[in-house]
Amino acid sequence: MAIKSHVQTTINGETVEFLCESRQSLLEVLRDELHLTGAKEGCNNGNCGACSVILDGRLVNSCLVLGVETEGKSVETIEGLAAPDKLHPIQDAFLENAALQCGICTPGFIMSTKALLDSNPNPTEHEIRYWLAGNLCRCTGYDKIVRAVQDAAKASA
Amino acid sequence: MESWGEASESRLIGKRITRLSGKDKVTGKAKYTFDINRPGMLYGRILRSEVPHATVMGIDMSQAEALPGVKAVIPLIESGKKLRYQGQEIAAVAAETDDIAKDALRLIQVHLEALPHVVTEADAMAEGAPQIRENWAGNQSEPSINKNRDVAAGFEEAAVEVEATYHTPVQTHVCLETHGHVAEWEDEQNLTVWASTQGVFGVRRDLAQYFGLPPNQVRVITEHMGGGFGSKFGPGSEGEAAAKLARITGKAVKLMLTRKDEHLVAGNRPSMTQHVRAGATRDGRLIAYDMRGYGTGGISSGAGFVGPYVYHVPNTRTERVNVAVNAGNQRAMRAPGHPQGAFAMDSLMDELAEKLGMNPLEFRRINDSSEVRQAQYTLGAQEIGWHRRNNVPGAGNGVKKRGMGVGSGQWGGGGGRGTEARVTINADGTVEAVTGTQDIGTGIRTAIAIIVAEEFGLAPTDITVKVGDSAPGLPSGGSGGSQTTASVAPVIKTAAAAAKQKLFEHIAPLLEAPVADLRVGTGIIYVASDRTKTITWQQAAGQLGMESISEGGHWAEELRKGVVAGTQFAEVEVDTQTGAVKLIKIVAVQDCGLAINRLTTESQINGGVIMGLGQALLEERFMDAQTGRMLNANLEDYKIPGTFEIPEIKSIVFDTHRKVTGIGEPPCIPTPGAIANAVYNAIGVRIRELPLTPDRILTALAEKKA
Repeated sequence: MAIKSHVQTTINGETVEFLCESRQSLLEVLRDELHLTGAKEGCNNGNCGACSVILDGRLVNSCLVLGVETEGKSVETIEGLAAPDKLHPIQDAFLENAALQCGICTPGFIMSTKALLDSNPNPTEHEIRYWLAGNLCRCTGYDKIVRAVQDAAKASA
Repeated sequence: MESWGEASESRLIGKRITRLSGKDKVTGKAKYTFDINRPGMLYGRILRSEVPHATVMGIDMSQAEALPGVKAVIPLIESGKKLRYQGQEIAAVAAETDDIAKDALRLIQVHLEALPHVVTEADAMAEGAPQIRENWAGNQSEPSINKNRDVAAGFEEAAVEVEATYHTPVQTHVCLETHGHVAEWEDEQNLTVWASTQGVFGVRRDLAQYFGLPPNQVRVITEHMGGGFGSKFGPGSEGEAAAKLARITGKAVKLMLTRKDEHLVAGNRPSMTQHVRAGATRDGRLIAYDMRGYGTGGISSGAGFVGPYVYHVPNTRTERVNVAVNAGNQRAMRAPGHPQGAFAMDSLMDELAEKLGMNPLEFRRINDSSEVRQAQYTLGAQEIGWHRRNNVPGAGNGVKKRGMGVGSGQWGGGGGRGTEARVTINADGTVEAVTGTQDIGTGIRTAIAIIVAEEFGLAPTDITVKVGDSAPGLPSGGSGGSQTTASVAPVIKTAAAAAKQKLFEHIAPLLEAPVADLRVGTGIIYVASDRTKTITWQQAAGQLGMESISEGGHWAEELRKGVVAGTQFAEVEVDTQTGAVKLIKIVAVQDCGLAINRLTTESQINGGVIMGLGQALLEERFMDAQTGRMLNANLEDYKIPGTFEIPEIKSIVFDTHRKVTGIGEPPCIPTPGAIANAVYNAIGVRIRELPLTPDRILTALAEKKA
């Protein structure tokens, strides 16, 4: 068996400890070790954005980050976005705008949007499209996603 | 006679309603097959061929078996058999972690004897090419020939003729959730499978057959699934392997395909090359159409395509062959055979119209017998601003040139028998609707809730909808051919109506009114002739005491209708220096019959347009003739549309009648033709090959100059 490392990190505000092999990606750790399956594996090489999470305030593809790299860092995933009794405005906007169909890309899009609005609360449409260019969706139509992000920005303002 | 009633009577049907599963999807709670984790679960992986054609001389799995953490290794091909495409299955492993499974694949020794391969249609049809499929001399199937009246006589009547060759490449499905299963045996006789599938009952049937079990001893669950587009029917060899590994190890096994596998083996839209000669009379009537074409569905057949399409041609002769190449099998892909054939036909229509000196829209009006599309032409032309279109294609001196084009499509989608459903009213007022269909993202779960809620005077969120599980034993067909809504909706409606009737019978004495005089209002039941007599839904259900009402539904032909027409208009801007095509706007006018939920219906149209524009501008499988491998089996080099490719999309739900139909597929059909015609209108050079990439645009512009 490969040697495992002990990692302590913060996930959605809570301190989490886990053991992982040095070759395991953050995505594998989240999904297989911690059973946080909101981040999806779409391509496993950084092209589809379905695994998007926020690491120390930066949007990352969690399939391209190693689990051990998160030592001492802070990870935000889709599971931590909504308050216990209330959806986050971005989630509401995606629902209201019908910005999802099969929904497998949705957590990634929402985390990308979160990272965008955290750093730029009033993005232009071009900025939204630029920021979300790393997230792929095969069913819905990005048009509704862009509208949802615009609405979310308004709601958060 | 059953009916959906008048639009004015509908409280929910035809309105815009957010999807029931939406909250689970935006919070990450929705569990897809990929997300299922079972206690003690093992990870499965498949070793696949990296060569396109070889004989298997031996497989040595001993080193893989000896690796700590590996629980099972099974061969998926016998020695002496042939591997016929890159990606074909050789062996499968189950291990404690996914990484160990990957390590184990590397330890399997496969001894192969290479065979000559062909991976392009041209190479396969060339003289002296190695024959890669038995009984297909020249790697071609027997031609399928169809004739209508006399094509030679037709050409004698023709005042103008066009002769051209149109080509579309192989496209892959790119479902964001890869194909896969989690398989778990309760005991030797009972199997549960979570499957990313478009057909819960099809997977049940196939796996039961594979293991020689009665179907009801296999349970298939698909609560949520991440896209199929025609590629996810049946368990496939990966589903069989997952269940086999689970049986051997006595543990649950998760076996999901990789993105590379998806491109190689999980299906594709076949290519199309057609050489067509067509003629029209001076007054603009299509008169003759003579087409010879071929396509490849890889090593399999099934590379058909439509033509002539939509427009009426009296004299035709068509000849089609399948070409075999050493590449993965085709599978149905969103409107199989239609978008590629429509691209060719709509391009041809514009070429003929130009020879006649006619407006291409006018030429279509003359040759299109669909009254629905005739109305759609008018509406779409207004919406895009067709009067602003270049009268002279390629006119203007600017670097960036704009143009407009139109394309058309037609689809069935009328549904069919075979769905069973049950609607239950419990004494606490809760309502459950159960059927064995599956929600592959289209929104059938929400549509079911809307239909039941409409019948009962409740809100869609009051209805618990259970789909995607074979356990209740209420079968429904696979979600293909745009058949789901039209197959399921009538049965749900009649089940809800039957349950309502039973409830009315139960409470009629209490309301001192005949059953026929009872009606539902919003959250209430009342007496039509005396509206002071009302009872809340909750009170009515409460009368059931310890009982509940549970009713099945039946097929009702009159609630559904097939054949939908669609038309799309595209406006593009072509940068003549870079060759880049920028889409400005697409107007999609789509006959949808009775849209149960307008919101999700629009999403379907949007999604279809986007898949169509991907085919028009981006998507192409590249095969390397030398090595026989796919060069772009990833999402970096195989481009699908992203945020920057998407123009303004105006999706118009075109109401024609109040019967349910399916529209998953039709909106992707007219898009490539409309875009190709718009590009021609912008630059004045016809490109007869998709996708319309910058290199093709620049080459065409350079040839025009020369």
